[in-house]
Amino acid sequence: MDSLLKLDRCTIRFGGLTAVANFTMEVGRRELVGLIGPNGAGKTTVFNMVTGVYAPTEGHVLLGGEPLDGLKPYAITGKGIARTFQNVRLFISLSVLDNVKAAFNLHLKHGPMHALTRGRAFLNEEHEIENRTLELLKIFNLDRHRDAMCRSLPYGDQRRLEIVRALATQPKLLLLDEPAAGMNPTEKSNLMRLIEFVQETFDISVLLVEHDMRVVMGICKRIYVLDHGIKIAEGTPEEIRRDPKVIEAYLGEGPGEKE
Amino acid sequence: MSRALLVLVVALLVCLSVSLFGENFIASRFAYYYDILITIGVNVILATSLNLVNGYTGQFSLGHAGFMAVGAYASASWSNHLDPYVLGWIGGANNPFATNVAFLISMLIAGSLAAIAGFAVGVPSLRLKGDYLAIATLGFGEIIRVAILNTDFVGASRGLSVAGSYTNLFWTYGSVAVCVYVVLGLVHSTYGRGFLTVRDDEVAAEAMGINTTKYKVMAFVVASFFAGIAGALYAHFKAFLTPEGFNFFRSVDVVVFVILGGMGSTIGVIIAAVMLTILPEALRALAHTQFVPPAYQGLLENRLILYSLLLITLMLTRPQGLFGDPVALRKRFTRSRGN
Amino acid sequence: MDRLIEIVQQLVNGVSLGSIYALIALGYTMVYGVLRFINFAHGDIYMLGAYSGYLLAPFFSHFFKFGQFDTFTPQNTLFILSGAGLVMVFSMAICAVIGVLIERIAYRPLRQRPRLNVLITAIGVSLFLQNITQYRLGADPKAFPQLIPVHVVEGLGNLTILTSQLAIILATILLLIVLRLIVMRTKMGLAMRALSLNPTACSIMGVNNDVVISFTFALGSALAAAAGILVSMDSPSINPLMGNLPGIKAFVAAVLGGIGNIPGAALGGLIIGILETLVVAIGFPQWRDGIAFAVLIVILLFKPTGILGKVEREKV
Repeated sequence: MDSLLKLDRCTIRFGGLTAVANFTMEVGRRELVGLIGPNGAGKTTVFNMVTGVYAPTEGHVLLGGEPLDGLKPYAITGKGIARTFQNVRLFISLSVLDNVKAAFNLHLKHGPMHALTRGRAFLNEEHEIENRTLELLKIFNLDRHRDAMCRSLPYGDQRRLEIVRALATQPKLLLLDEPAAGMNPTEKSNLMRLIEFVQETFDISVLLVEHDMRVVMGICKRIYVLDHGIKIAEGTPEEIRRDPKVIEAYLGEGPGEKE
Repeated sequence: MSRALLVLVVALLVCLSVSLFGENFIASRFAYYYDILITIGVNVILATSLNLVNGYTGQFSLGHAGFMAVGAYASASWSNHLDPYVLGWIGGANNPFATNVAFLISMLIAGSLAAIAGFAVGVPSLRLKGDYLAIATLGFGEIIRVAILNTDFVGASRGLSVAGSYTNLFWTYGSVAVCVYVVLGLVHSTYGRGFLTVRDDEVAAEAMGINTTKYKVMAFVVASFFAGIAGALYAHFKAFLTPEGFNFFRSVDVVVFVILGGMGSTIGVIIAAVMLTILPEALRALAHTQFVPPAYQGLLENRLILYSLLLITLMLTRPQGLFGDPVALRKRFTRSRGN
Repeated sequence: MDRLIEIVQQLVNGVSLGSIYALIALGYTMVYGVLRFINFAHGDIYMLGAYSGYLLAPFFSHFFKFGQFDTFTPQNTLFILSGAGLVMVFSMAICAVIGVLIERIAYRPLRQRPRLNVLITAIGVSLFLQNITQYRLGADPKAFPQLIPVHVVEGLGNLTILTSQLAIILATILLLIVLRLIVMRTKMGLAMRALSLNPTACSIMGVNNDVVISFTFALGSALAAAAGILVSMDSPSINPLMGNLPGIKAFVAAVLGGIGNIPGAALGGLIIGILETLVVAIGFPQWRDGIAFAVLIVILLFKPTGILGKVEREKV
């Protein structure tokens, strides 16, 4: 596996509480990897470590071999990691178009001074960004909503928009935080197709945190399982399905979770 | 030259013509209204610049008067002490070209020093959120005022006379034009969308690669620069400065413009600044007509009572102000405590 | 020996001043605790407390013979104190009611709204209170009636401590004890503490949040009013804007101690009072007001949660 992201024995402690302990994980180039575990297992905390919201107390996060230690979130995005959020966090006062355009800020060649002089080069770049945004929206069937306020979109469309926005940062790795939350079975199937489509078309790696087993088992090539901050299993979907430790961790959750 | 810049140049030329041909006429025949016009200009600059910070970038600053003070006192000191040299060098105190150039230099000094102050205050303060940021900026504004109060060189509590009443319609409204141009030009660009994302959701903005700290500080510095310019205009208009004129209430004044106008709407805050500058004068005039019984005349004249009631009523009934976005306002702020 | 006396002297001055700040700071911190809201108008409740005393005193003046005693004697102390105490209690009650009314009218409707709005409203309320007082009672300073005889306490040798300072310190201690009892030993106090930790859980458990919040406002306002009366005994000139500076300094004290933390507010108040007194004592009287702001900046930059405060993280 050509490794892209590596978490090397990462531990994170908040005060007296150890949220994640000694966690090692790898995501290869063009791989679709899943991270699952019961509620409170520490999945979102792992995400936050990768994206720089929290710094690991011990251990390192490496992207393409390069450590991301101490980098602020916006810098990590600059290195090629983008994410979506558990509760969709779109820019509520902006339109659909502007939400995606905002993500192009990262690779902007022109700064505030150019915005004031409004020269040829500046206008050209603005034009180009507009075109690329529309292209992206079109791929995901959101271009007809381009000027609508993003908050007026139905929930499923908002989630899609968030993914589009993340893709606009031109990432090498996309982190999806429970994208299927709140969706009905049809929507979930569509989402699964969408994620696979994204991974192939944009030639990127995807790390998926998800509760719904069907979704995870359906599209991920490899899966990591977290419980109370500790890795209890890793492997292919078939291996995970049969792993007694995983079954035990989820049995405590109640009926319906194992599939 | 791009079309937008062309519009700005035309606006400046219009201001220049009005000033050249009409200034003295207006100033002598309509002195009272001339005063109000200049004050409106100054308030519009303050409101538009603060709107960049409070409105577009969503950072609650309560210390804008402090930066105005820096600009006012800086340009006053410059004019008082260095003008004779500058004027002597360019063409003498009676040469209108010379005095205007001297004033321009004075204003730019004022703006730059205020911008530096903005940077010094912004970098430490902008790490804080919400209430804490408000209090920190309030604190800094007061520190600036107290520092001026204790500095003999600028007159301390006695006040400072300003040499040269250079402020005229051209400089005032020319500065308004530049300020509005800068704010609108910055915000209406892909780069400028960054300010709005910082306002809407900082965490998401960072996740999209936007350096939120840089945007906050930039907004702060640009706003402080124009507050300084406003201060310079004010100094060379009133011709006398006291630290009390730049206290917390002055900052609140400007914050009210921004809130009434609708945070994040430049045209809204301009209208609000105009309205609220005229309002006290209008009320004063109204108080002396026969419509108002004498018992209430004092009440009407007391601008602050009505101001405060306006603030309270506005917050209760129409928090988004004139042109603000009500849904975004509500959603943006109720994330924090989850009550 | 002289040095020691000097130090003790300044310490007493500082504690006396700090007690006033502490009493006001408690109101800020309690309201912040239950509502996560900085009540900008709180300093003006302190002013209203002083004015309540000013307006009330004439009614009791004849019976309690305000201003007619020159010194405290063992015979008249109880009488004098009950007179002053009565005025203080009534002022506290009046301001408690005012505080509750303000919350009801101006803040409660905004409870679900953005916090920025209610902050602006508080500024509006503050301006309103100051200016309506100015309008109805005049902007000029008024002379607060002499509730207790003010003279140097006898028997302390070279220490110059005024009876008014002693009154401030003792009254504050008493009020702090009462507050502690209320907060720790009563159901309402328990509700206040619970509300500051988790409002949703509180209402689920059957607590009427609105009543607890009103009670908190009443309590905070009463303490501020007490401060207003006490400070007026010491320096009898009152004016409508007198709440501004002490208000913001008390707020700094609350932040210093850890906003939301009750012992913290008292501690912060004392520290600010002592610092301010020291700054004047070592020869920089012009910076006495600035020192509080300097403390504010330092605290916000290095430990915004204050001395006794706890960090609250945003969940991502």
